[in-house]
Amino acid sequence: MARSALSIIAALVVAGAVIVPVAAVLWRGGGVAALSAADWAALRFTVWQAFWSAAISVVLAVPVARALARRAFVGRSALISIMGAPFILPVIVAILGLLAVFGGNGLVNLILGPLGVPRLDIYGAHGVILAHVFFNLPLAVRLILQGWLGIPSERFQVAASLGARLFWLLEWPMLKRIVPGAFAVIFVICLGSFAVALTLGGGPRATTVELAIYQAFKFDFDLSKAASLAVVQMVLGGVAGLIALGLARGDMMGAGLDRVVQRWDGSRLFDALWIGAAAAFLLLPLAAILVAGLPGLLDLPSSIWPATVRSVCVALAAVVLTIAIALPLATKAGEAASLLGISVSGLVLGTGLFLVLQPIVRPSDVALPVTLLVNVLMSLPFVLRILRPGIEGARADFGRLGQSLGLRGWALWRIVYLPRLRRPLGFAAGLTGALAMGDLGVITLFSRPGEGTLPLVMYQLMGAYQMEAAYGAALLLVALSLGLFWLFDKGGRVHADV
Amino acid sequence: MQKTLLTVAGLFCASVAAAETPVLTVYAPDYFGSEWGPGPSIEEAFEARCDCDLQYQTGDLLPRLLLEGANTEADVAIGFNSDVSKRARDSGLFAPHGLDLSPLTLPLEWNDDTFLPFNYGHTAFIYDNTKLDGFDSFEALLDAPDDVRVVIQDPRSSISGLALVLWVNAVYGDEAEAAWARLAPKIVTVTQGWSESYGLFTDGEADVVLSYTTSPAYHIIAEEDLTKSAAIFEEGHYFMVETAAKLAGTDNGDLADQFLAFILTEDFQTMIPTTNWSFPAALSEDKWPEGFQELPMPETVLFYTEDEAAALREPAIEAWRAALSQ
Repeated sequence: MARSALSIIAALVVAGAVIVPVAAVLWRGGGVAALSAADWAALRFTVWQAFWSAAISVVLAVPVARALARRAFVGRSALISIMGAPFILPVIVAILGLLAVFGGNGLVNLILGPLGVPRLDIYGAHGVILAHVFFNLPLAVRLILQGWLGIPSERFQVAASLGARLFWLLEWPMLKRIVPGAFAVIFVICLGSFAVALTLGGGPRATTVELAIYQAFKFDFDLSKAASLAVVQMVLGGVAGLIALGLARGDMMGAGLDRVVQRWDGSRLFDALWIGAAAAFLLLPLAAILVAGLPGLLDLPSSIWPATVRSVCVALAAVVLTIAIALPLATKAGEAASLLGISVSGLVLGTGLFLVLQPIVRPSDVALPVTLLVNVLMSLPFVLRILRPGIEGARADFGRLGQSLGLRGWALWRIVYLPRLRRPLGFAAGLTGALAMGDLGVITLFSRPGEGTLPLVMYQLMGAYQMEAAYGAALLLVALSLGLFWLFDKGGRVHADV
Repeated sequence: MQKTLLTVAGLFCASVAAAETPVLTVYAPDYFGSEWGPGPSIEEAFEARCDCDLQYQTGDLLPRLLLEGANTEADVAIGFNSDVSKRARDSGLFAPHGLDLSPLTLPLEWNDDTFLPFNYGHTAFIYDNTKLDGFDSFEALLDAPDDVRVVIQDPRSSISGLALVLWVNAVYGDEAEAAWARLAPKIVTVTQGWSESYGLFTDGEADVVLSYTTSPAYHIIAEEDLTKSAAIFEEGHYFMVETAAKLAGTDNGDLADQFLAFILTEDFQTMIPTTNWSFPAALSEDKWPEGFQELPMPETVLFYTEDEAAALREPAIEAWRAALSQ
């Protein structure tokens, strides 16, 4: 029973780390504020766009993941890694890449324009959803692909030899188990959208709750309003999480020999089309970022290097800490608690931490640890979504066997669970590291000059008219994030089938 | 372990330094303290004359000061904008500067006894003069064909966006919403802050961007690029001034006074144009760097006092929101 006690403590700690700062802001602001008509309108738009963004991401991810799961081709593994990149891009960089493809003078208009097709206008609610799908399709694909790869290949062989319908027998139960969780986590990410919604939304029609929080905090210094809106975000995120996790039922697949799936079914052409379309959608904007950033690499100031080192340190520390917290937290309650972390505005979280820490230490002395803490909170929901199916599967399949062999505690983890979790652990670690690298986050509330992280330096360059150098910094940031992601992700896949 | 050692070493050094030289803590916005802002050269010049250690703390100036209240470590805060300084003044955290304001060279009279201006600019629409002829009035911009692509900043999240809605209000008054409705079809998008808008403009995603009259100076001086111009409107341009103030609770009163006095000196003022890309607040035009002297200046300057700005902010934003939500 020690395990469940540890799980409960971990869930409480994580929930507390979110609730205490929000409560501190609420307390300092003097209680709950009523929401205005404009706030309600923002809330409606926020929920609406988050729902569609998550739904479209997940629906598109299913055929792409299936195609990737059942086809073997040269460069597949590299493609899977690099297709994950949009998820870890800093927002502003991603917008630049998207506009290079879909913007007024973007690639699509350049190609379609001469053909007489009216100019594509990306700005509007559809632009917001397009950008959110761009960000989150990679995550959805990876989560669902994991589900597919989690079906033991022996099952496919047996089912195929019996002439059974693979989809209803094997794939549908897996999707029923995986898809609601993927939907929930993407829905909650999109609830917090701010810069994407504003820039691509085209104007005040696309106002989100996060913008209302930003305004309340920066211009009105209305802490009670900011905290009240954060509570609304928390409730929304919590409810979405509970519904989705409640829906996510389905049988485990049972144990296999952990071999790579070999499949003979499905249309090669369709699979190739799906993979090709997804790759083009996700990789063209990345290529644009590469092209925009290359000239700027020469203009990078020398201060970029210490900032880079700081960012890498934060990222590595975030990986260690997140994984350490995630393992005991991998329960339904734990995952629900972790969703609180990304549902709440980073601004309110940062302000709350500032209020909590201020009587004890100088906030700017702990800028990096606080950035780290917030990064951990932000990564946990993804990490748990990635790890939980694997951990529960391993427990169900091998837990009793392990116990009957007298394995307990660390030995049970080391010998039985961890080898089985290698793939999701690598993916989770890579994602955490990359997200932490790219996060501007709360450091802007606390920083001292010359102690910034790489994203902060990038924003400073932009603010000083140095757009070219800023794009260079963005490229460096993307390359490092992707490198970190690739290293961990690859590390998780070393034990390939032989 | 290494990190602990470093921290201990850092704390040790800091305490030794503190014992020897007094520290002046200056809160500033992030762009001000960054290595591309005016902060570093100002720090160097001031330390040369004060025998002290000037330390910046950067971030959101006013929210942070309000969060810290009387416990703040700040001695001086620099980087307030007059459109939102009422909130700062009402907090009671700041003390009068006690300086003679006759050296100021602002285009309008300034006699604030607490908030000391250090630079200014005007909102303006910037365009590429090789692609557009420009606009000589706000009316001309509103009358421009709808395929002219304009980007602006959100008045709810950006100080320049707020200045724009006040500008429209100053020019059009009760007709502001109708004016916004005429501009709306040309507005490609509204961004969170100035950087995002300006990036869209330099990337060619927009033809016209809301920025400052001083923006062309950056391109002229730093890039030798003469293709960016500010459209000067005959109706006038909204004036934006940045100020500094002394904290009432400072325990370094003398140093803080010295720093505020330093702001009005030629040493400080000559650093402003090419680091903060704005007009110095107390420097005659003949001492401005080349590139700044040639900038076209608006004939009429429009400005709301902080009380007026505070009262107008909500209706002006609402006119913008209503027209752009159609």
